[in-house]
Amino acid sequence: MAWVWFHRFGSPPHFYRLATRLTPRFAWPAALLCLSGLIGGLVLAPPDYQQGDGFRIIYVHAPAAWLSLMVYVVMAASAAVGLIWRMTVAYAVSASCAVIGASFTALALATGMLWGRPMWGTYWEWDPRLTSELLLLFLYLGYLGLRNAIDDIGRADRASAVLAIVGVVNVPIIHYSVIWWNSLHQAPSVMKFGRPTMPAAMLVPLLLMLAGFTAYFVALLLIRARGELLRRERNARWVAEALGATATGQG
Amino acid sequence: MLKFLAMGGYARYLWPCYALTAAVVGLNIRWALRSLRAAQAQARRRIASVRAVS
Repeated sequence: MAWVWFHRFGSPPHFYRLATRLTPRFAWPAALLCLSGLIGGLVLAPPDYQQGDGFRIIYVHAPAAWLSLMVYVVMAASAAVGLIWRMTVAYAVSASCAVIGASFTALALATGMLWGRPMWGTYWEWDPRLTSELLLLFLYLGYLGLRNAIDDIGRADRASAVLAIVGVVNVPIIHYSVIWWNSLHQAPSVMKFGRPTMPAAMLVPLLLMLAGFTAYFVALLLIRARGELLRRERNARWVAEALGATATGQG
Repeated sequence: MLKFLAMGGYARYLWPCYALTAAVVGLNIRWALRSLRAAQAQARRRIASVRAVS
């Protein structure tokens, strides 16, 4: 029975309708989660005993860094599904991830630099965590560049899928870099086994922000994937229907 | 209020982080909507031209 779900999800008209319907159901919770996370993080959480109010950068830095990795995994996984099952929806999802992922990777790096300056005394250091995160940005940019260089959308999908899948080895390297090597960067406080090493007043706003950014990403992905689906399905009959162009010939 | 904005002396690092985040969040919404609308407009033009021929 699981395959019924898989086939329906893989059906472009079904996915298009579902994505249209689901977008506000992720967008509104995302806004509420981020708003409450911001209030909790900027106002309610106590200052850190070492970093004072400077630690509050975490409430934008950690969600940006989380998205930079999570979006890459979604991009690579859907690229693999597209390659294996030749599924148009999967390619549309994969292609939708790159701009979002690249911008949040750049944001994670920028907020990290602004945090590093007062705490470490430097904006940049060729440190394992920072260097591997920079490599992630180049992987996203390489993916985008490769797609732009190929005119045929089907060939662009297949070629960029291979790049995305190969690059996924960088994701665990980024995550474990702070454990495997000596790094200026702190070890994980939340994304690890065992209890988070943070008091609840600091942790809860962070979890709200992480959940909010994740829901925001899903909403963005659903919007973008619809557009990518239209680009790949332009000769399909369902497109006219989905755009409401059946009756008049224009919309 | 001024104390809040000063952020214990970290204002010049902290607020740019939040401003950059707001910019990236806002721009991504704009880019996503623009990408969808461009694809929809393109698909509509194609449907219209196919109808005109047939």
